[in-house]
Amino acid sequence: MPTVDLSVTSLRELNQALHEQSDPGNDRHWIVKNPKGQHALAAGVDAELDIDIEGHVGYYCAGMNKQAKITVHGNAGVGVAENMMSGVVHVKGDASQSAGATGRGGLLIIDGNASARCGISMKGIDIVVKGDIGHMSAFMGQAGRLVVFGDAGEALGDSLYEARIYVRGAVTSLGADCVEKPMEDKHREELAALIDAAGATGEVDIGEFRRYGSARSLYNFKVDNVSAY
Amino acid sequence: MTTAKIPTTVPRQSATFDDYTLSEIRRAAATGLYDIRGAGSKRKLPNFDDLLFLGASISRYPLEGYREKCGTDVVLGTRFAKKPIELKTPVTIAGMSFGSLSAQAKEALGRGASAMGTSTTTGDGGMTPEERGHSDKLVYQLLPSRYGMNPDDLRMADAIEVVVGQGAKPGGGGMLLGQKISERVAEMRTLPQGIDQRSACRHPDWTGPDDLEVKILELREITDWEKPIYVKIGATRPYYDTSLAVKSGADVVVLDGMQGGTAATQEVFIEHVGIPLLAAIRPAVQALQDLGMHRKVQLIVSGGIRNGADVAKALALGADAVAIGTAALVALGDNDPQWAEEYAALGSEAGAYDDWHEGRDPAGITTQDPELAKRLDPVAAGRRLRNYLAVLTLEAQTIARACGKSHLHNLEPEDLVATTIESAAMARVPLAGTGWIPGQGGF
Repeated sequence: MPTVDLSVTSLRELNQALHEQSDPGNDRHWIVKNPKGQHALAAGVDAELDIDIEGHVGYYCAGMNKQAKITVHGNAGVGVAENMMSGVVHVKGDASQSAGATGRGGLLIIDGNASARCGISMKGIDIVVKGDIGHMSAFMGQAGRLVVFGDAGEALGDSLYEARIYVRGAVTSLGADCVEKPMEDKHREELAALIDAAGATGEVDIGEFRRYGSARSLYNFKVDNVSAY
Repeated sequence: MTTAKIPTTVPRQSATFDDYTLSEIRRAAATGLYDIRGAGSKRKLPNFDDLLFLGASISRYPLEGYREKCGTDVVLGTRFAKKPIELKTPVTIAGMSFGSLSAQAKEALGRGASAMGTSTTTGDGGMTPEERGHSDKLVYQLLPSRYGMNPDDLRMADAIEVVVGQGAKPGGGGMLLGQKISERVAEMRTLPQGIDQRSACRHPDWTGPDDLEVKILELREITDWEKPIYVKIGATRPYYDTSLAVKSGADVVVLDGMQGGTAATQEVFIEHVGIPLLAAIRPAVQALQDLGMHRKVQLIVSGGIRNGADVAKALALGADAVAIGTAALVALGDNDPQWAEEYAALGSEAGAYDDWHEGRDPAGITTQDPELAKRLDPVAAGRRLRNYLAVLTLEAQTIARACGKSHLHNLEPEDLVATTIESAAMARVPLAGTGWIPGQGGF
């Protein structure tokens, strides 16, 4: 099991090594010690690796991740798992702004809270936040699912396209063109599967969640909607 | 007794409320919508025509036009990238998206540019296989929307361009109206077909120069520090924006003046936000010089480049290369008089057609309509672009040799004078026949 101590190994050396692990015969489980908030840790990985980062990370950890399961045993800075394609990124602590921004696939799990713009412009990623999320989350969300066990800040789902949002707690306000929609059986099944994928089955009551999505009234510009733009 | 006819004045049109203005007021009153169009600023602006070269004479020694070498090559991305881009001509193709342009048009751009040893650039819609396949050197844009963004295409690119803004709409986001969101475009952008696509004006995961520095670090890490990273800015405060782009770690700064084209933007935005390219180059170069980075961080300028004289003037003012967009589309066949009747049917005319967002381009360039798009032969159009790029290069060489320069990059501000006070002040070169540079050293 390769162990990389970032107090002696550089970020560049770590990422280069991770980028060279496409051969399935290589060691699959990597441990990264002493991240000390460095940026772009494990960015651009494209291999079925299991990477444990033991500490807090800076911006863009696991950026554009493909295939890998990356676990941050600490807090994550801005843009964790930004533009993720596939795989799983699990933040054991809190996440800063723009968690999972523009993500196209895979699963992002945040055990703590996520700050503003969580899931901004999401394009297919699934995000499960066990705490609260900040304002403008899922802004212009195009596809994927955002699940929040706690509360959501202002302007949730502003200018939403087709991303789907489930929130268990209070929503301070909905953004333009984001509306509450009825929870049907198929939505409860979808939600249950996401909670299960996040390893949180039994932690929350699915009946307590409410569903939000696009009203689709702003999809084509109309002058009578001008006050909403 | 006859009554003398009282003279009357002829009807007088208002210079303030001219025909265009009146028509726009009527259009706005009828629709309640702002006017959206393609292309760049159409108003008269100080531009390169206001500058003249001082050819060699007794004090300077010219080079023989047909015999002595005048280099045109340029290397972009020498600051940090392991694999800088080497171009044979300093004229590149600006970012234009598949979506705004047909697949045939993107292929033609790649063919023409590759034949001349220069680069093309993707746009707000991702990279298509056709585009990658036909472009020897392809710059991949990272835009706020991140449509189609993925690490595989990032690694397939020859350079990465972080788009902060563009000259037609600095501070504005992208727009692609529903008519052009075809099934393929919708799939590439992860959007429902037929809706109006509005992309954000700000990046989703960084907000200022300190963040941008980290974002660039991430892109370098993902691509193992191989690719040159450009930062593209719309011309507004070029001194500060160039300084901040350099501070953020850019290998190349792309500076786009307000004449630079757009696929679709509000007319009021195009004509009233941003500054002309002529006014933007010297502050940007000054920023590079103040930081000791001129020629180390390369500067590409764009926005209204039309001929080899424009290329030579931009380089003389300190740019390393230029980019063309609108002119490249015209070379492909955009606004060609052969489609005059069809332009008229659309309420426009050849040379003025700018409703690129509507997707009904008779020339088959700014459209996703398969029948219209078929009108453009990418091989023939690519050949026309190659020819045009060759002429731009030859014209710039002609001027450089006349000024005694053995490389286009040896052109310098001292080779130029201005014909107007405004252009003298903006380009920071003397008014012709004087030693006066307005704004420099007091009166």
